[in-house]
Amino acid sequence: MMNAECRMQNLGKLVLASFIVVLLSIFSVAQNDGTEQNATGRAGTFAIVGARIVTVSGAVIENGTVVIRDGKIAAVGAGAAIPSGAERIDGNGLTVFPGLIDAATALGLSEIGQGVNASVDLSEVGPLNANSKAINGIHPHSSHVNVSRVNGITTVLSAPTGGTIAGQAAVINLNGATPDEMAVVREFGLVVNFPRVTTVGGFGGFFQQQPPVEFSEAVKRRDQQIDDLKKLFRTAENYLRAKDAYAKDKSLPFPAIDLRQEAMAPYMRGERPILFTAERERDIRAVAKFASEMKIKAIIMGGQEAWKAADDLKKNNIPVVYTHIYSLPVRDDDPYDYLFEAPAKMSSAGVKFAIGTGDSGAEVRDLPYHAGLAGAYGLSKDEALKSVTIYPAEILGIADRMGSIEVGKVANLVVADGDILEPRTNIKHIFIAGRLIPLTSRHTRLFDAFKDRK
Amino acid sequence: MMRKAIIFLIVAAITGISPALISGQTGNDVLIKGGTVMTATKGTLENTDVLIRSGKIARIGKNISADGGVRVIDATGKFVTPGIIDCHSHSMLDAINEGAFSVTSMTAVRDMLNPTDIAIYRALAGGVTVGNLLHGSANSIGGQNTTVKFKWGHPVEDYPIADAPPGIKFAMGENVKRATAFLPPGTPQRYPRTRMGVIEVMRDAFLRAKDYRQAWADFNAKKTRVPPRKDLELEPLAEILEGKRIVHAHGYRSDEHLNLLMLADEFGFKVATLQHGLEAYKIAPEIAKRGTGVSIFADSWGYKLEAYDAIPYNAYILWKNGVNVSINSDSDERMRRLNLDAAKVMKYGGVPEADAFRMITINPAIQLGIDKRTGSIEVGKDADVAIWNAHPFSVYSRVEMTMIEGEILFDRAKDAQMRTEMAKEREALEKLEVNKAPGAGGTSPPVPRERRRGDRDEADKEGDNQ
Repeated sequence: MMNAECRMQNLGKLVLASFIVVLLSIFSVAQNDGTEQNATGRAGTFAIVGARIVTVSGAVIENGTVVIRDGKIAAVGAGAAIPSGAERIDGNGLTVFPGLIDAATALGLSEIGQGVNASVDLSEVGPLNANSKAINGIHPHSSHVNVSRVNGITTVLSAPTGGTIAGQAAVINLNGATPDEMAVVREFGLVVNFPRVTTVGGFGGFFQQQPPVEFSEAVKRRDQQIDDLKKLFRTAENYLRAKDAYAKDKSLPFPAIDLRQEAMAPYMRGERPILFTAERERDIRAVAKFASEMKIKAIIMGGQEAWKAADDLKKNNIPVVYTHIYSLPVRDDDPYDYLFEAPAKMSSAGVKFAIGTGDSGAEVRDLPYHAGLAGAYGLSKDEALKSVTIYPAEILGIADRMGSIEVGKVANLVVADGDILEPRTNIKHIFIAGRLIPLTSRHTRLFDAFKDRK
Repeated sequence: MMRKAIIFLIVAAITGISPALISGQTGNDVLIKGGTVMTATKGTLENTDVLIRSGKIARIGKNISADGGVRVIDATGKFVTPGIIDCHSHSMLDAINEGAFSVTSMTAVRDMLNPTDIAIYRALAGGVTVGNLLHGSANSIGGQNTTVKFKWGHPVEDYPIADAPPGIKFAMGENVKRATAFLPPGTPQRYPRTRMGVIEVMRDAFLRAKDYRQAWADFNAKKTRVPPRKDLELEPLAEILEGKRIVHAHGYRSDEHLNLLMLADEFGFKVATLQHGLEAYKIAPEIAKRGTGVSIFADSWGYKLEAYDAIPYNAYILWKNGVNVSINSDSDERMRRLNLDAAKVMKYGGVPEADAFRMITINPAIQLGIDKRTGSIEVGKDADVAIWNAHPFSVYSRVEMTMIEGEILFDRAKDAQMRTEMAKEREALEKLEVNKAPGAGGTSPPVPRERRRGDRDEADKEGDNQ
């Protein structure tokens, strides 16, 4: 009897112990398998007191206060009143910046790009995927979210790649348990890989590379591809016209539903922008011509030689998200700093531009150094900071909400111990939509696990 | 006659770059005045002069005066540093991998150096003077590396550092397994396909090398009468066992690198560097105990599964354990901004500035066995020097001038002048009948052969494809 009872008790202990073990292992798996839950931070009323405030939109405020309430910036200034009950954050020796915005990423769409296809959702099958939406593929618990934001990046454009029409890009905050919570603009722009002049052949069957073609042949091929693209747009136009006509007159034939054509509508009407990847001067000019002919809103993504096409870009009101600070000049006889200098040249030519990383996620955190390096090669420090704050906000159509420190804007803020564009600067506090974000990441957790191993 | 002129112009256009760039001849006697000198080994000296005589650093001090014939460079308000050393590069290599076998120790990158690779000039423009040019990572035991100075404009034989110890590339993990290689259908499987096999390939090779040495020892001791056949695969491995050749071992996972360290213990050699070693922080005490160096990326991570546990605190943890750490590029692109990668190390964990700076100067020099010659600004060393407009850890800094052994090989002011000249030259060439655009009635130019890719973070895929 005693033995049986004892056994029962032991069994109970065993069950409890296994339960704990299972719980612990679930917890540790959640921490280590790459789908870790990103902590969504703490809401509240906060006052950053006695800090240097780089508003970006106005003058720098020395020794000022920023009040954060209900997710918004409630007050900014040297004499801003601190609401009672606000959590005070000592800003002595620190500087407050608007959260950085990377207008060229695929963050959340690809966790491990090489060799782990299961984690990659970058490009759909086939050339035409206007109905593919990044917001439906973004993984809110990607470790790229926590790693990027602890370096001051609070908002990104995440865009699909591949094919001719890759799909629709989303603008997201790097915080939230669901894509909806992250979304700033769910469907922002349509990514189109604009046909370009290239003499290098593509890959043919059986992995044989096609022989390169002559230049004049390559120009012809490009022109044909642009014509094809125009036809695609016209077809979509016709589809929508047929649908509208049917709506007015039900005796007309009902066009078969085509999700790809449907998705084109707001872009063809010029309600939302089309993001054209283009690099060389001739390709960028071709985009400008295309946009003006088709009466669409265009943004250049990439833009290596955008400064050379400044007249066309300005005339057609086309901004550039420049992604080539960390790229090598294409031609051997290009100046060594050809791509470092491009933002300065765009700036002096009056082209509207932002600097982005063009990264799929892991290296988005380097955004401030992309801007800083442009600063080493001719761009003013002021412009460099704007190129990753207010300028991308303007290009992404969110400048009324983000990109600078102004009353009423979303409280996306970074508090740092120095110039945020410098690699030695440490980030001390991050706010995204007014929530105080923990400064932990996949990297800090691994660091904590191993730093004291003897 | 016309044809000759055209050929001359074309040749001038191709080769003209180099002589123009090295026209900053100094006779290798230079006085750099009044800069902030970051010596790398003996602290930072404000308002200090560096005198270079015959390509060597002759004096460091205040108010040094120069006699005639010494070129004086005013470095007031500027930073003077040793040339940066990149302990993992594939610049200048016209091929990266001999991937057909799992042991290719008979190959040497020395045999295919391209001294006209524009990456050399771009490296100099980033303050880099030395590169450890490594074979790729397609095989467990790869080819022999060579350590070079980027002597742009010089003939190829001037590049390798003659007294640098010879080395070899080893590799482990995904590339060796060919886990992510793009292999056309029908390509035969190559052993090994697993991490289990990789270490066995190495063990087998060293057992054979040991036997090979024994065979020679027996012959030399007259125990046998027929000399063994010279084996080009095993010779370099025998040199490793004799401590005459150093090993640079590519790998990511810590368990795997530890396997190699234990194999090295078993055969009685020391691994000079773990290359990449992105998980080295997990086995820092084991690495420190063996005196092995680690050459890492500052913060690259997550580009493949075995890089998913990489953390930017790697350098800090290794440093704290007393390991010699260097920060490398493995990329013609990243090579140009190694100064900023070293700066990042200060941010993650808090390596002091002086130690972070060592990670791109004297530390890689030690790892490559060239620290008596270069890697710091000290009297008697080669005058491999970069001059910056601001502290090299600042994102706003820029290289103004880079010299190797007192010879100015990059000069930003001169580069700016050269652009105008090159633009004129290009314009002249484009006007020639032979270069007329097809649209203007000319014939279409021949299509150049495809160039090798400039940026090779994960360099080794290229070779896998070949």
